[in-house]
Amino acid sequence: MFSFFALYLPMALLVVYAFNAGDSLALWEGFSLRWFVSAWQNDTVQDATIRSVIIAVCAAVLATSAATMAALATTRTRPYRGQTLTYALINQPLMIPEIVTAVALLIVFSRIKVWTDYSGLGYLIAAHTAFCVPFAYLPIRARLESMDLSLEVAAADLYATPWKAFRYITLPLLRPGIIAGFMLAFVISLDDVVITEFVKSGGQDTLPTYMLGQLRRVVTPEINAIATVFLAFSVVIVTAFFLMTRKKT
Amino acid sequence: MQPHEVEQAAIRRGTMRRWLLSAPALVIIFLASFGPLFVMLAFSVLEKGDYGGVKPWTFSFDGWANVFFQHDIFTGELGFADAHLSIFWRSVRLSIITTALTLVLGFPTAYFIATRPRKTREIWVFLVTIPFWTNLLIRTFAMQEVIRNEGVINTVAMRLGMISEPIQIMYTDWAVLFGMTYVYLPLMVLPLYASMEKLDFRLVEAAYDLYANRFKVLRRIILPLTKPGIIAGSILVFIPSLGAYVTPRVLGGGKNMMLGNLIGLQFGKGNNWPLGAAISITLMVVVMVALLIYVRATARAGGDDRGR
Repeated sequence: MFSFFALYLPMALLVVYAFNAGDSLALWEGFSLRWFVSAWQNDTVQDATIRSVIIAVCAAVLATSAATMAALATTRTRPYRGQTLTYALINQPLMIPEIVTAVALLIVFSRIKVWTDYSGLGYLIAAHTAFCVPFAYLPIRARLESMDLSLEVAAADLYATPWKAFRYITLPLLRPGIIAGFMLAFVISLDDVVITEFVKSGGQDTLPTYMLGQLRRVVTPEINAIATVFLAFSVVIVTAFFLMTRKKT
Repeated sequence: MQPHEVEQAAIRRGTMRRWLLSAPALVIIFLASFGPLFVMLAFSVLEKGDYGGVKPWTFSFDGWANVFFQHDIFTGELGFADAHLSIFWRSVRLSIITTALTLVLGFPTAYFIATRPRKTREIWVFLVTIPFWTNLLIRTFAMQEVIRNEGVINTVAMRLGMISEPIQIMYTDWAVLFGMTYVYLPLMVLPLYASMEKLDFRLVEAAYDLYANRFKVLRRIILPLTKPGIIAGSILVFIPSLGAYVTPRVLGGGKNMMLGNLIGLQFGKGNNWPLGAAISITLMVVVMVALLIYVRATARAGGDDRGR
């Protein structure tokens, strides 16, 4: 029980202080929503939020599509040559410490930036897509493995083309797995600090890197307010994920 | 064509299609995760540039040498790079203690969940999962609320009259330790619970019936049977601890750096990319060795299960 108390106490305090009327994190001066309002009106926060969402949506869409295809290739009955290699490569981003991936990407992208003169969000989207792939892959593969293949075989027996069998049989059955994979990828991308911090160009803060930057300065409860909203959003997505994967098993 | 040739051709087509289907995922990971590691390897043996980056095609092993050795600023003599060695040592030490602490806290937690009725178990697991999927930076920041000078620990201790002045915990190794234990605890609880869920509690009852005391039951029954979970949890906590960047930076301040921050520094203010690349590769090798030990250990534990 102590662990649950310990897990939730710091987060609860963080949320409570977001409603502090005073200027400091130290003293409680009554209830107020002023920090939520000030965060809402902060242009930098708005930009960072929009940027975070754009990157997370792009990365999650790309990662989920790629992961779905890869999962279809790796879960069917007969093992094929190169399957182990495919597994290893897909899970590779999970094995390497994040900071190592981050600086390796910094090195590569800094070169590409010099050659192409491009410094848009593309680098961040590419980096996020790569580390989201394994997270999207896991629930999709789990769903595929527990799926009954006889319907698909029946469709083929009835002269459905492979594409039609996929479109009308496999895809609808797989949908919960794909949605779950998408949500995980989305949350993972939204949460990332380290890789974004090293890959981003100037003025490309996402919400987490903005918060990291702010923590070095004098901290006002505005950070708590941002963190609280962020926290609430994650909890909603994770709860949805939990309910969805539970119902189907 | 002979029948077996037709079949072979079909298998080849199947393999081909699988490769094509996996191609997008493999290309993305190769370009934006796996491949860059090799570019970094190349950068570690180049000469450092004057303003960051490297000098192309100028090879030098200074990066690697600087990981462990440095020239004394005043005498020019070659000595051990004390600062680096102390950061290495701090990282390894804090990671080991973090792993031990999460194990001590996580084991009873996992046991608690595993002994609940099946229906409520799911809810407890869910409660562990929520912090697991919550932003690491936010959780680290939340830890500040507990350990800063006006935080819970100091306020409560002062109210109770245990201390007269706040204890400085922030920006010490203790802060990093508390923070990492807090953020990585779910990584320990989840695999521990997974292996404890499979544990046959009738064995525990049987042991009690045979007059084993609690300690003996723990040592002779529960620990051996949950070993795969203990190993998995330990490796899952140890690896991110060793490469931790956010937690030491937020809670440790500038002084209590760990390997992750040392690497980051070389690509920022330190302006020594080859050195940063060399440290990164060193860290990666240590992690790979830890993973290898893990794979060996779980293979053995798996073998035991089958033999039983």
